[in-house]
Amino acid sequence: MSELTSEGGHGAVPTGPEVPVEAKPALSRRDWPLYEVFVRGKRGLNHVHVGSLHAPDDEMAVHAARDLYTRRNEGVSIWVVRAADITASSPDEKDPMFAPSGDKVYRHPTFYEIPENVPHM
Amino acid sequence: MSAPPLDQPAVDETALQAYFDATIAAEHRIEPRDWMPEGYRRTLIRQIAQHAHSEIIGMQPEGDWLLAAPSLRRKAILLAKVQDEAGHGLYLYSAAETLGADRADLTDKLIEGKQKYSSIFNYPTPNYADVGVIGWLVDGAAICNQVPLCRSSYGPYARAMIRVCKEESFHQRQGYELLMTMMRGTDEQRAMVQDAVDRWWWPSLMMFGPPDDDSPNSAQSMAWGIKRHSNDELRQRYVDMSVPQAEVLGVTLPDPELTLDPETGKHRFGAIDWDEFKRVISGDGPANAERIARRRAARDDNAWVIEAATAYAEKHAGVAA
Repeated sequence: MSELTSEGGHGAVPTGPEVPVEAKPALSRRDWPLYEVFVRGKRGLNHVHVGSLHAPDDEMAVHAARDLYTRRNEGVSIWVVRAADITASSPDEKDPMFAPSGDKVYRHPTFYEIPENVPHM
Repeated sequence: MSAPPLDQPAVDETALQAYFDATIAAEHRIEPRDWMPEGYRRTLIRQIAQHAHSEIIGMQPEGDWLLAAPSLRRKAILLAKVQDEAGHGLYLYSAAETLGADRADLTDKLIEGKQKYSSIFNYPTPNYADVGVIGWLVDGAAICNQVPLCRSSYGPYARAMIRVCKEESFHQRQGYELLMTMMRGTDEQRAMVQDAVDRWWWPSLMMFGPPDDDSPNSAQSMAWGIKRHSNDELRQRYVDMSVPQAEVLGVTLPDPELTLDPETGKHRFGAIDWDEFKRVISGDGPANAERIARRRAARDDNAWVIEAATAYAEKHAGVAA
Protein backbone atom coordinates (compact mmCIF):
# COMPACT_ATOMS: atom_id res chain seq x y z
CA MET A 1 0.00 0.00 0.00
CA SER A 2 2.97 2.27 0.19
CA GLU A 3 2.20 3.72 -3.24
CA LEU A 4 -1.11 4.95 -1.86
CA THR A 5 0.47 7.36 0.54
CA SER A 6 -1.33 10.64 0.73
CA GLU A 7 1.72 12.52 1.78
CA GLY A 8 2.47 15.45 -0.47
CA GLY A 9 -0.03 16.98 -2.82
CA HIS A 10 0.64 20.43 -4.21
CA GLY A 11 4.22 19.42 -4.96
CA ALA A 12 4.11 16.09 -3.24
CA VAL A 13 7.47 14.58 -2.60
CA PRO A 14 8.94 12.22 -0.06
CA THR A 15 9.86 13.73 3.26
CA GLY A 16 13.53 13.51 3.98
CA PRO A 17 14.83 12.03 7.22
CA GLU A 18 16.22 15.40 8.23
CA VAL A 19 12.76 16.85 8.61
CA PRO A 20 10.74 15.41 11.50
CA VAL A 21 7.04 15.18 10.71
CA GLU A 22 3.98 13.71 12.31
CA ALA A 23 3.60 9.96 12.04
CA LYS A 24 1.61 9.06 8.96
CA PRO A 25 -2.06 8.28 9.60
CA ALA A 26 -3.36 4.82 8.83
CA LEU A 27 -3.90 4.70 5.11
CA SER A 28 -7.39 3.98 3.99
CA ARG A 29 -7.83 1.09 1.63
CA ARG A 30 -10.81 2.84 0.15
CA ASP A 31 -9.02 5.70 -1.55
CA TRP A 32 -7.24 5.86 -4.87
CA PRO A 33 -3.61 6.88 -5.47
CA LEU A 34 -2.68 10.54 -5.36
CA TYR A 35 -1.88 12.33 -8.62
CA GLU A 36 -0.30 15.74 -9.09
CA VAL A 37 -1.89 17.88 -11.80
CA PHE A 38 -0.16 20.32 -14.17
CA VAL A 39 -2.08 22.60 -16.52
CA ARG A 40 -0.94 24.60 -19.55
CA GLY A 41 -2.99 27.78 -19.31
CA LYS A 42 -2.70 28.63 -22.97
CA ARG A 43 -0.42 28.02 -25.92
CA GLY A 44 3.01 29.47 -25.33
CA LEU A 45 3.03 28.84 -21.57
CA ASN A 46 4.56 26.03 -19.55
CA HIS A 47 2.48 23.48 -17.70
CA VAL A 48 2.16 24.69 -14.12
CA HIS A 49 1.37 22.66 -11.03
CA VAL A 50 -2.19 23.39 -9.89
CA GLY A 51 -2.96 20.79 -7.24
CA SER A 52 -3.62 17.14 -6.72
CA LEU A 53 -6.41 14.59 -6.80
CA HIS A 54 -7.11 10.90 -6.25
CA ALA A 55 -7.85 8.64 -9.21
CA PRO A 56 -7.77 4.89 -9.90
CA ASP A 57 -5.59 5.19 -13.01
CA ASP A 58 -3.91 7.65 -15.36
CA GLU A 59 -6.84 8.04 -17.71
CA MET A 60 -9.34 8.70 -14.97
CA ALA A 61 -6.89 11.14 -13.41
CA VAL A 62 -6.92 13.23 -16.61
CA HIS A 63 -10.73 13.24 -16.69
CA ALA A 64 -10.97 14.17 -13.03
CA ALA A 65 -8.35 16.89 -13.51
CA ARG A 66 -10.40 18.39 -16.30
CA ASP A 67 -13.50 18.54 -14.09
CA LEU A 68 -11.64 19.76 -11.03
CA TYR A 69 -9.11 22.24 -12.39
CA THR A 70 -10.43 23.50 -15.74
CA ARG A 71 -14.10 24.29 -15.25
CA ARG A 72 -13.58 27.83 -16.57
CA ASN A 73 -11.18 27.59 -19.50
CA GLU A 74 -8.14 27.54 -17.25
CA GLY A 75 -6.23 25.27 -19.59
CA VAL A 76 -5.56 23.79 -23.01
CA SER A 77 -3.51 20.80 -21.85
CA ILE A 78 -3.24 18.69 -18.70
CA TRP A 79 -0.45 16.49 -17.35
CA VAL A 80 -1.02 14.13 -14.45
CA VAL A 81 1.63 12.14 -12.64
CA ARG A 82 1.45 9.78 -9.69
CA ALA A 83 2.75 11.69 -6.66
CA ALA A 84 4.74 8.63 -5.67
CA ASP A 85 6.69 8.84 -8.94
CA ILE A 86 8.03 12.34 -8.34
CA THR A 87 11.62 12.73 -7.24
CA ALA A 88 12.44 16.07 -5.74
CA SER A 89 15.15 18.06 -4.09
CA SER A 90 14.51 19.35 -0.62
CA PRO A 91 12.65 22.65 -0.82
CA ASP A 92 14.70 24.02 2.03
CA GLU A 93 16.35 27.24 0.86
CA LYS A 94 19.42 26.38 2.86
CA ASP A 95 19.80 23.19 0.94
CA PRO A 96 23.43 22.66 -0.09
CA MET A 97 22.15 21.47 -3.47
CA PHE A 98 21.63 25.09 -4.47
CA ALA A 99 24.70 26.52 -2.80
CA PRO A 100 27.08 26.00 -5.76
CA SER A 101 25.14 28.48 -7.88
CA GLY A 102 25.33 31.16 -5.21
CA ASP A 103 29.02 32.00 -5.60
CA LYS A 104 29.19 32.04 -9.40
CA VAL A 105 28.35 35.65 -10.02
CA TYR A 106 30.25 35.53 -13.33
CA ARG A 107 27.29 33.58 -14.72
CA HIS A 108 25.20 36.74 -14.68
CA PRO A 109 25.44 39.48 -17.34
CA THR A 110 25.70 42.19 -14.70
CA PHE A 111 29.10 40.79 -13.65
CA TYR A 112 30.73 42.39 -16.70
CA GLU A 113 31.42 46.08 -16.93
CA ILE A 114 30.91 47.45 -20.41
CA PRO A 115 31.34 51.16 -21.23
CA GLU A 116 28.07 53.00 -21.64
CA ASN A 117 28.91 54.14 -25.16
CA VAL A 118 28.85 50.57 -26.46
CA PRO A 119 25.45 50.22 -28.17
CA HIS A 120 23.04 47.24 -28.20
CA MET A 121 24.58 45.36 -25.28
CA MET B 1 7.40 6.33 -0.26
CA SER B 2 10.45 7.09 1.80
CA ALA B 3 13.72 8.82 1.13
CA PRO B 4 16.92 6.77 1.20
CA PRO B 5 18.61 6.65 4.60
CA LEU B 6 21.30 9.25 5.02
CA ASP B 7 23.85 9.80 7.73
CA GLN B 8 22.42 12.84 9.42
CA PRO B 9 23.49 14.69 12.50
CA ALA B 10 20.88 14.83 15.26
CA VAL B 11 18.10 17.28 14.47
CA ASP B 12 18.39 20.61 16.22
CA GLU B 13 14.79 21.57 16.93
CA THR B 14 15.74 25.00 18.21
CA ALA B 15 17.37 25.88 14.91
CA LEU B 16 14.39 24.50 12.97
CA GLN B 17 11.99 26.50 15.11
CA ALA B 18 14.07 29.64 14.60
CA TYR B 19 14.09 29.12 10.85
CA PHE B 20 10.33 28.55 10.86
CA ASP B 21 9.75 31.70 12.94
CA ALA B 22 11.96 33.74 10.62
CA THR B 23 10.05 32.47 7.57
CA ILE B 24 6.74 33.50 9.13
CA ALA B 25 8.14 36.87 10.23
CA ALA B 26 9.40 37.59 6.72
CA GLU B 27 5.90 36.81 5.36
CA HIS B 28 7.34 33.95 3.32
CA ARG B 29 5.23 30.86 2.84
CA ILE B 30 5.64 27.57 4.64
CA GLU B 31 5.66 24.69 2.15
CA PRO B 32 4.73 21.04 2.69
CA ARG B 33 8.13 19.57 3.48
CA ASP B 34 9.37 22.41 5.65
CA TRP B 35 9.74 21.69 9.32
CA MET B 36 6.83 23.12 11.26
CA PRO B 37 5.74 23.02 14.89
CA GLU B 38 3.27 20.23 15.63
CA GLY B 39 0.69 22.77 16.81
CA TYR B 40 0.90 24.61 13.48
CA ARG B 41 0.36 21.37 11.58
CA ARG B 42 -2.52 20.27 13.82
CA THR B 43 -4.22 23.66 13.69
CA LEU B 44 -3.97 23.77 9.92
CA ILE B 45 -5.29 20.24 9.44
CA ARG B 46 -8.21 21.03 11.75
CA GLN B 47 -9.02 24.31 10.02
CA ILE B 48 -8.58 23.09 6.45
CA ALA B 49 -10.54 19.89 7.11
CA GLN B 50 -13.36 21.84 8.71
CA HIS B 51 -13.35 24.16 5.73
CA ALA B 52 -13.35 21.24 3.25
CA HIS B 53 -16.18 19.52 5.13
CA SER B 54 -18.18 22.76 4.99
CA GLU B 55 -17.86 22.91 1.22
CA ILE B 56 -18.94 19.28 0.81
CA ILE B 57 -21.85 19.48 3.26
CA GLY B 58 -22.66 22.88 1.75
CA MET B 59 -23.68 21.15 -1.48
CA GLN B 60 -26.76 19.74 0.24
CA PRO B 61 -28.97 22.70 1.20
CA GLU B 62 -28.92 24.11 -2.32
CA GLY B 63 -28.70 20.73 -4.00
CA ASP B 64 -32.20 20.13 -2.71
CA TRP B 65 -33.40 22.70 -5.26
CA LEU B 66 -31.66 21.23 -8.31
CA LEU B 67 -34.70 19.27 -9.43
CA ALA B 68 -37.09 22.08 -8.59
CA ALA B 69 -35.29 25.03 -10.16
CA PRO B 70 -37.86 27.23 -11.93
CA SER B 71 -36.08 27.38 -15.31
CA LEU B 72 -33.36 25.65 -17.28
CA ARG B 73 -31.17 28.76 -16.87
CA ARG B 74 -31.49 28.69 -13.07
CA LYS B 75 -30.92 24.96 -13.04
CA ALA B 76 -27.74 25.18 -15.09
CA ILE B 77 -26.43 27.96 -12.83
CA LEU B 78 -27.26 26.03 -9.68
CA LEU B 79 -25.65 22.87 -11.03
CA ALA B 80 -22.47 24.81 -11.81
CA LYS B 81 -22.49 26.30 -8.35
CA VAL B 82 -22.99 23.00 -6.54
CA GLN B 83 -20.26 21.46 -8.69
CA ASP B 84 -17.96 24.30 -7.64
CA GLU B 85 -18.63 23.52 -3.98
CA ALA B 86 -17.50 19.95 -4.61
CA GLY B 87 -14.40 21.32 -6.31
CA HIS B 88 -13.67 23.63 -3.39
CA GLY B 89 -13.92 20.71 -1.00
CA LEU B 90 -11.45 18.74 -3.12
CA TYR B 91 -8.92 21.62 -3.40
CA LEU B 92 -9.02 21.87 0.37
CA TYR B 93 -8.74 18.13 1.10
CA SER B 94 -5.80 18.17 -1.27
CA ALA B 95 -4.20 20.97 0.78
CA ALA B 96 -4.85 19.04 4.01
CA GLU B 97 -3.17 15.99 2.52
CA THR B 98 0.06 17.95 2.03
CA LEU B 99 0.19 18.07 5.83
CA GLY B 100 0.02 14.30 6.15
CA ALA B 101 -3.74 13.97 6.59
CA ASP B 102 -5.64 11.38 4.60
CA ARG B 103 -8.80 12.37 2.74
CA ALA B 104 -10.79 9.21 3.42
CA ASP B 105 -9.81 9.43 7.06
CA LEU B 106 -11.01 13.03 7.26
CA THR B 107 -14.33 12.03 5.69
CA ASP B 108 -14.71 9.28 8.28
CA LYS B 109 -14.05 11.79 11.05
CA LEU B 110 -16.72 14.10 9.63
CA ILE B 111 -19.27 11.30 9.49
CA GLU B 112 -18.39 10.13 12.98
CA GLY B 113 -18.82 13.65 14.33
CA LYS B 114 -15.15 14.00 15.31
CA GLN B 115 -14.65 16.98 13.02
CA LYS B 116 -17.01 19.87 12.44
CA TYR B 117 -18.29 21.91 9.53
CA SER B 118 -19.79 25.37 9.38
CA SER B 119 -22.97 25.56 11.45
CA ILE B 120 -24.69 27.51 8.67
CA PHE B 121 -25.33 24.37 6.63
CA ASN B 122 -27.50 22.91 9.35
CA TYR B 123 -30.33 25.24 8.44
CA PRO B 124 -33.00 24.05 5.99
CA THR B 125 -33.92 25.57 2.60
CA PRO B 126 -37.73 25.42 2.51
CA ASN B 127 -38.16 28.33 0.09
CA TYR B 128 -36.61 28.81 -3.35
CA ALA B 129 -35.41 32.30 -2.38
CA ASP B 130 -33.08 30.49 0.05
CA VAL B 131 -30.93 29.63 -2.97
CA GLY B 132 -30.49 33.32 -3.71
CA VAL B 133 -29.94 34.31 -0.09
CA ILE B 134 -27.34 31.58 0.39
CA GLY B 135 -25.47 32.99 -2.59
CA TRP B 136 -25.74 36.57 -1.41
CA LEU B 137 -25.36 36.29 2.37
CA VAL B 138 -23.73 32.94 3.06
CA ASP B 139 -21.27 33.04 0.17
CA GLY B 140 -20.79 36.75 0.87
CA ALA B 141 -19.75 35.91 4.42
CA ALA B 142 -17.54 33.13 3.09
CA ILE B 143 -15.80 35.59 0.77
CA CYS B 144 -15.20 37.98 3.66
CA ASN B 145 -13.65 35.13 5.64
CA GLN B 146 -11.72 33.65 2.76
CA VAL B 147 -10.14 36.56 0.92
CA PRO B 148 -7.62 37.13 3.75
CA LEU B 149 -6.85 33.40 3.72
CA CYS B 150 -5.35 33.83 0.25
CA ARG B 151 -2.41 35.28 2.22
CA SER B 152 -2.31 32.44 4.74
CA SER B 153 1.22 31.49 5.75
CA TYR B 154 0.77 27.91 4.54
CA GLY B 155 1.40 27.83 0.78
CA PRO B 156 -0.95 25.05 -0.35
CA TYR B 157 -3.83 26.49 1.70
CA ALA B 158 -3.29 30.01 0.35
CA ARG B 159 -3.14 28.72 -3.23
CA ALA B 160 -6.33 26.69 -2.79
CA MET B 161 -8.05 29.76 -1.38
CA ILE B 162 -7.12 31.85 -4.40
CA ARG B 163 -8.98 29.41 -6.65
CA VAL B 164 -11.91 29.23 -4.25
CA CYS B 165 -12.27 33.00 -4.00
CA LYS B 166 -12.31 33.48 -7.76
CA GLU B 167 -15.26 31.11 -7.97
CA GLU B 168 -17.11 32.42 -4.91
CA SER B 169 -17.59 35.72 -6.65
CA PHE B 170 -19.77 33.98 -9.24
CA HIS B 171 -21.71 32.35 -6.39
CA GLN B 172 -22.47 35.61 -4.70
CA ARG B 173 -23.45 37.46 -7.86
CA GLN B 174 -25.76 34.71 -9.16
CA GLY B 175 -27.52 34.72 -5.79
CA TYR B 176 -27.96 38.47 -5.72
CA GLU B 177 -29.20 38.50 -9.30
CA LEU B 178 -31.71 35.75 -8.49
CA LEU B 179 -33.03 37.84 -5.59
CA MET B 180 -33.23 40.99 -7.71
CA THR B 181 -35.32 39.04 -10.21
CA MET B 182 -37.68 37.84 -7.49
CA MET B 183 -37.96 41.36 -6.04
CA ARG B 184 -39.17 42.57 -9.43
CA GLY B 185 -41.86 39.86 -9.35
CA THR B 186 -45.06 39.48 -7.35
CA ASP B 187 -45.75 40.45 -3.73
CA GLU B 188 -45.63 36.78 -2.90
CA GLN B 189 -42.14 36.47 -4.39
CA ARG B 190 -40.94 39.53 -2.49
CA ALA B 191 -42.32 37.99 0.69
CA MET B 192 -40.35 34.82 -0.04
CA VAL B 193 -37.14 36.82 -0.32
CA GLN B 194 -37.80 38.67 2.93
CA ASP B 195 -38.63 35.39 4.68
CA ALA B 196 -35.34 33.89 3.52
CA VAL B 197 -33.38 37.00 4.61
CA ASP B 198 -35.06 36.84 8.03
CA ARG B 199 -33.95 33.26 8.51
CA TRP B 200 -30.38 33.54 7.16
CA TRP B 201 -29.14 36.90 8.44
CA TRP B 202 -28.27 35.90 12.00
CA PRO B 203 -26.77 32.49 11.12
CA SER B 204 -24.63 34.35 8.54
CA LEU B 205 -23.22 36.59 11.26
CA MET B 206 -22.39 33.47 13.27
CA MET B 207 -20.26 32.17 10.38
CA PHE B 208 -17.41 34.38 11.57
CA GLY B 209 -17.14 32.33 14.73
CA PRO B 210 -17.37 33.26 18.40
CA PRO B 211 -16.58 36.80 19.59
CA ASP B 212 -12.90 37.60 20.00
CA ASP B 213 -12.97 37.36 23.78
CA ASP B 214 -14.34 33.82 23.48
CA SER B 215 -12.09 32.53 20.71
CA PRO B 216 -9.22 30.79 22.47
CA ASN B 217 -7.25 29.68 19.39
CA SER B 218 -7.37 32.96 17.52
CA ALA B 219 -4.28 34.65 18.96
CA GLN B 220 -1.99 31.73 18.12
CA SER B 221 -3.47 31.40 14.62
CA MET B 222 -2.88 35.11 14.01
CA ALA B 223 0.72 34.82 15.24
CA TRP B 224 1.27 31.94 12.85
CA GLY B 225 -0.22 33.87 9.94
CA ILE B 226 -2.92 31.20 9.48
CA LYS B 227 -5.55 33.77 10.32
CA ARG B 228 -5.23 37.40 9.26
CA HIS B 229 -8.12 39.22 10.97
CA SER B 230 -10.11 38.58 14.13
CA ASN B 231 -13.63 37.14 14.02
CA ASP B 232 -15.21 40.40 15.17
CA GLU B 233 -13.24 42.48 12.67
CA LEU B 234 -14.45 40.35 9.77
CA ARG B 235 -18.01 40.29 11.10
CA GLN B 236 -18.04 44.09 11.27
CA ARG B 237 -16.69 44.34 7.73
CA TYR B 238 -19.42 41.96 6.54
CA VAL B 239 -22.23 43.93 8.19
CA ASP B 240 -20.93 47.17 6.68
CA MET B 241 -20.82 45.58 3.24
CA SER B 242 -24.24 43.92 3.47
CA VAL B 243 -26.34 46.87 4.65
CA PRO B 244 -26.14 48.88 1.40
CA GLN B 245 -26.66 45.67 -0.61
CA ALA B 246 -29.88 45.01 1.34
CA GLU B 247 -31.03 48.56 0.64
CA VAL B 248 -30.56 48.21 -3.11
CA LEU B 249 -32.38 44.90 -3.03
CA GLY B 250 -35.22 46.40 -1.02
CA VAL B 251 -35.23 43.97 1.90
CA THR B 252 -35.06 44.63 5.64
CA LEU B 253 -32.33 43.01 7.68
CA PRO B 254 -34.02 41.53 10.77
CA ASP B 255 -32.22 43.58 13.41
CA PRO B 256 -33.99 46.59 14.97
CA GLU B 257 -30.71 47.73 16.54
CA LEU B 258 -28.88 47.95 13.22
CA THR B 259 -27.79 51.59 12.86
CA LEU B 260 -24.97 53.49 11.26
CA ASP B 261 -22.61 55.08 13.76
CA PRO B 262 -21.88 58.45 12.17
CA GLU B 263 -18.60 58.85 14.05
CA THR B 264 -16.97 55.60 12.98
CA GLY B 265 -18.88 55.11 9.74
CA LYS B 266 -19.53 51.54 10.93
CA HIS B 267 -22.81 49.83 11.76
CA ARG B 268 -23.84 48.91 15.25
CA PHE B 269 -25.84 45.71 15.41
CA GLY B 270 -27.80 43.70 17.97
CA ALA B 271 -26.58 40.86 20.16
CA ILE B 272 -25.98 37.52 18.48
CA ASP B 273 -27.61 34.47 20.04
CA TRP B 274 -24.46 32.51 20.85
CA ASP B 275 -26.47 29.85 22.64
CA GLU B 276 -28.08 29.00 19.33
CA PHE B 277 -24.65 28.92 17.68
CA LYS B 278 -23.32 26.49 20.27
CA ARG B 279 -26.42 24.35 20.05
CA VAL B 280 -26.25 24.06 16.27
CA ILE B 281 -22.52 23.48 16.08
CA SER B 282 -22.66 20.75 18.68
CA GLY B 283 -25.22 18.82 16.64
CA ASP B 284 -28.62 20.14 17.64
CA GLY B 285 -29.49 22.26 14.59
CA PRO B 286 -32.53 21.76 12.38
CA ALA B 287 -30.73 19.60 9.81
CA ASN B 288 -27.52 18.20 11.40
CA ALA B 289 -28.65 14.58 11.42
CA GLU B 290 -29.97 14.76 7.87
CA ARG B 291 -26.74 16.30 6.51
CA ILE B 292 -24.52 13.67 8.08
CA ALA B 293 -26.85 10.82 7.14
CA ARG B 294 -26.69 11.87 3.52
CA ARG B 295 -22.90 12.17 3.58
CA ARG B 296 -22.68 8.72 5.14
CA ALA B 297 -24.97 7.27 2.47
CA ALA B 298 -22.86 8.87 -0.26
CA ARG B 299 -19.74 7.23 1.16
CA ASP B 300 -21.25 3.81 1.81
CA ASP B 301 -23.57 3.49 -1.19
CA ASN B 302 -20.83 4.52 -3.62
CA ALA B 303 -18.04 2.43 -2.13
CA TRP B 304 -18.55 -0.15 -4.87
CA VAL B 305 -17.61 2.44 -7.51
CA ILE B 306 -14.26 3.03 -5.85
CA GLU B 307 -13.67 -0.70 -5.54
CA ALA B 308 -14.71 -1.43 -9.12
CA ALA B 309 -12.49 1.29 -10.57
CA THR B 310 -9.58 0.07 -8.45
CA ALA B 311 -10.11 -3.50 -9.65
CA TYR B 312 -10.28 -2.32 -13.27
CA ALA B 313 -7.10 -0.28 -12.89
CA GLU B 314 -5.25 -3.19 -11.30
CA LYS B 315 -6.37 -5.60 -14.02
CA HIS B 316 -5.24 -3.27 -16.81
CA ALA B 317 -1.97 -2.40 -15.09
CA GLY B 318 -1.27 -6.14 -15.09
CA VAL B 319 -1.98 -6.39 -18.82
CA ALA B 320 0.28 -3.45 -19.64
CA ALA B 321 3.16 -4.96 -17.65
